[in-house]
Amino acid sequence: MTIRTPLTLATVTPDAGLRAALERAPHEVIEEVTRSDMRGRGGAGFRTGLKWRLASEAPAPDGRRHVVCNADEGEPGTFKDRALLSVVPDLVFEGMTIGAWAIGATSGVVYLRGEYVYLRKGLEECLADRRAAGLLGSDIMGTPGFDFDIRVQLGSGSYLCGEETALLESLEGRRGEPRNRFPYPVVRGLDRAPTIVNNVETFAWVPAIMARGADWFLGIGTSASKGPKLLSISGDVARPGVYEFPFGVTIREVLTASGGENAHAVVVGGACGVCVPASDFARTISYEEASTGGAVIVLGPDRDLLDVAENFLEFFVDESCGQCTPCRVGNPVLLEGVRALKRGECTPERLGELQRLGRTMQDASKCGLGQTSPSFFLSLVDLFGPEILHRVPA
Amino acid sequence: MTTDTHPEHEAPPMTEATVLATIDGREVDVGSGTTILEAARACGVRIPTLCHHPDLADVGVCRVCVVEVEGQKNLQPSCVFPITQPLEVRTHTPRVAAARRDIVDLLLSEHYGDCRTCARNGSCELQDLAAEYGVDHYRFGQRTEPAFSVDDGGPSIVFDPDKCVLCLRCVRTCAELQDVRALSVTGRGTGVRVATFAGLPLSSEFCINCGQCLNRCPTGALTAMDVTARVRDMLDDPRKHVVIQTAPAPRAALGEEFGLPPGTPVTGQLNTALRELGFDKVFDTTFAADLTIIEEGVELIGRLYRSMVLGEPDVALPMFTSCSPGWVKYLEHAYPSYLPHLSTCKSPQQMFGTLIKTWYAARSGLDPADIVSVALMPCVAKKFEAARPEMTDSGYADVDLVVTARELAKMLRQQGIDLPSEPKSGFDDPFGNATGSGVIFGVTGGVMESALRTVLELVTGEPVENLYEHADITPVRGFDDVRLLELTIPDAGGPVPALVAHLVPDWNWLRGVALRVAVVHGTATARRVIEDIRAGGWFAACHFIEFMACPGGCLGGGGQPIPTSLEIRKARARAIYAEDTAYGEAGHARKSHENPTVARMYAELLTDGPGGETSHRLLHTAYTARGTFVLTDERG
Repeated sequence: MTIRTPLTLATVTPDAGLRAALERAPHEVIEEVTRSDMRGRGGAGFRTGLKWRLASEAPAPDGRRHVVCNADEGEPGTFKDRALLSVVPDLVFEGMTIGAWAIGATSGVVYLRGEYVYLRKGLEECLADRRAAGLLGSDIMGTPGFDFDIRVQLGSGSYLCGEETALLESLEGRRGEPRNRFPYPVVRGLDRAPTIVNNVETFAWVPAIMARGADWFLGIGTSASKGPKLLSISGDVARPGVYEFPFGVTIREVLTASGGENAHAVVVGGACGVCVPASDFARTISYEEASTGGAVIVLGPDRDLLDVAENFLEFFVDESCGQCTPCRVGNPVLLEGVRALKRGECTPERLGELQRLGRTMQDASKCGLGQTSPSFFLSLVDLFGPEILHRVPA
Repeated sequence: MTTDTHPEHEAPPMTEATVLATIDGREVDVGSGTTILEAARACGVRIPTLCHHPDLADVGVCRVCVVEVEGQKNLQPSCVFPITQPLEVRTHTPRVAAARRDIVDLLLSEHYGDCRTCARNGSCELQDLAAEYGVDHYRFGQRTEPAFSVDDGGPSIVFDPDKCVLCLRCVRTCAELQDVRALSVTGRGTGVRVATFAGLPLSSEFCINCGQCLNRCPTGALTAMDVTARVRDMLDDPRKHVVIQTAPAPRAALGEEFGLPPGTPVTGQLNTALRELGFDKVFDTTFAADLTIIEEGVELIGRLYRSMVLGEPDVALPMFTSCSPGWVKYLEHAYPSYLPHLSTCKSPQQMFGTLIKTWYAARSGLDPADIVSVALMPCVAKKFEAARPEMTDSGYADVDLVVTARELAKMLRQQGIDLPSEPKSGFDDPFGNATGSGVIFGVTGGVMESALRTVLELVTGEPVENLYEHADITPVRGFDDVRLLELTIPDAGGPVPALVAHLVPDWNWLRGVALRVAVVHGTATARRVIEDIRAGGWFAACHFIEFMACPGGCLGGGGQPIPTSLEIRKARARAIYAEDTAYGEAGHARKSHENPTVARMYAELLTDGPGGETSHRLLHTAYTARGTFVLTDERG
């Protein structure tokens, strides 16, 4: 993993954001984050300020609220959180501490992807340093009554535990299976207390926003997608790695920067993302056009898109928790369909049935896994339906 | 996969306020927090379900009940979507229908089994959904090979994972209602399944055979061990004298198998039907229930006397009832150190079994080896109980075969018998005498009420009607998880009846004593009560506690007709209490100690009295400490 562009986050003055936050009332911090219009960096793009406000307003019967950092970075093709946790862990913890001040939380957890166990030592050291410096613990930065600490808990290899409610179940010691909305975690999260669950990158940007002001953040990006965004670029490119771009960068610009100019297509959003063909490379990386939590997988001209679809679906068949019917049974059916397409044995009628099934899975699955696992396959059929249908088997 | 969700429709705190929901154009005012499914039912809109069960917390996993909700991007599961603001729902649009059909087809594609040979053919919820959604071919394929082996090695429950639709009703039943957790979810994705600890057969697990899981299974994945063919063989064997005892709970429920509304008693019709099936004698288990009350009541008096008068330190109080084999096995597993609290009395089924192969055989001039003793029970744990190695005090298996209400209904149908149209008839002698007390054993609280009727009369020498109108001890009735009753024994002073003269010299020691009793049903509740006893709480100071493994008592047993719900169980209870009342109105005994056959039993067979050496040999038993980790292949 190479960081290919200078990171704005590396230039943020340590603890300036936390100091600025503690000089304000919690609700003013939430207002500032809200004004920045930052949307969640994990992929779904929920507005961070609104999430924090809902958690701060939710009744906490025993006075407890929680801050959870989702560091279960499991989306295939995503590794920018790993970079942040390696390079600027302090900023992530600082962002969590600001979140705790904002919503009135006393405890924080980093749910760390199991495969990132090698990062744990560094994170623990960073936490110990912060405690020693009075940046965690009691009366943080000399603010009477502001007590907050953070612990690191490791996942155990389940992709699904990146889904926030499955993550909470796992944190509580149960099977990592998604919960039903409602209520949402902001009302009833970890141990039934109001909880904000934010992505690593989301927390990392918070100190920057507090230190430099929401206007700075608003000055970057597009009308609906504010601020800079880290991207994990992989696949058929000369220079894979972590890149920082402002939201609104076009796919073509991303390809030029990373050495993937002759790409045939790009998967934006990872295995649960969509296929963007070369003819659409003018589209921008943004919540409104091509949304991603960070993954950009570049597919070169020699790459068989059905192979990619098969690979993704094998992954989802493996990672579905098996709880709800559309996801548990639907993914294997789609996978078998893709294999039939590869063999040249899929009739147009069957392809139509698979498309309808994919839409049912998007519409009726319990959580984001089943709701997004058909995305790549469906975009492939939309873009290249006639070609893949008349595939002559190799 | 996206890693965040969208809480913009965040539910406000629950309030008393009502909210207007519009469902398929029908407007309905519901309390805030009501689910869409509940609201739809309230206004007459039917939404199909699979993983929903009225006794269980909803989980929203099958997705069959998805509906369109205005303002929501995706379809929403109606069983877990709370209505907290005015909202409009459409339950049968083309989009919804397409999704439901896909979901039903997906379920069928992973379902393996032959409907025609399935125990649930005709009562299967998956079959019903397939019919409702017009599934005409297996669009997403069909399994042609079983993936799992069937667990049918135990006496009570058969588990065929190939028919499982992963609705998790069994898992939730086992955890929420029973707190046994013999069934849980393992694996993920296509490997996910309902499984036992370490994949062992249910019969070697901490499973209490209560069968509550199979009463709530929508398909044939969990069923009761079927012995109807063996019963049929015995009936067809001219050398065999086949008798059947019938418990009160199935008599209050069997009508449901023949289209009658829940709560329609069919006792008289059943007697006729059983004779038509070929049974040589039809006996009433309630006789043995009366006998149980005498033995258990005397045991209680003895324990109280030893504790309160003789000051013996190690008398186990409160005493626990022992009629429910699911409860007994629960205690053997979960709290073996509390086994001394269990009454040593066998259950009515087993007392009766012993008497049939001893007293009845001798009296009728029959070789007990030729007698086949069958029991009609509401219960699948009774199958296990009959197979317990210690249940052979007659020198034979005291009870040979236990059939559930469902199995008997199947046998009647096979014989072309329409139960509701049968003429009524009575039970056979010599066990034809029953009392209302024996009948109410079938409902939670019934054992306690019967015991109190007898103990209060023995102790006070006065009719219990002086304390409770019509001898209806209503405080112990009902369906609350636990009912408590504290009653001060009035100036005890009646003469000591002959039945207990060998135990206590007088009743002065009970004068003014506050007798504390409790009634508990469902083993999840039982666990809370035992924990309270352990902590020295209210229940530790109880004298006597009735425990039933199944919610509702026997009438909610695992062998009863499917489906079950609180309303159905309440209707069955009404039928049982009505039968008790009818005994009184017909001038028959309503108290166990008034049963003339019971008196005859003590005069002719159990001559050293209740709790005496003979009754201990024939009617009492011992228990096995099992613990929670059962790793052997022994039938446990």
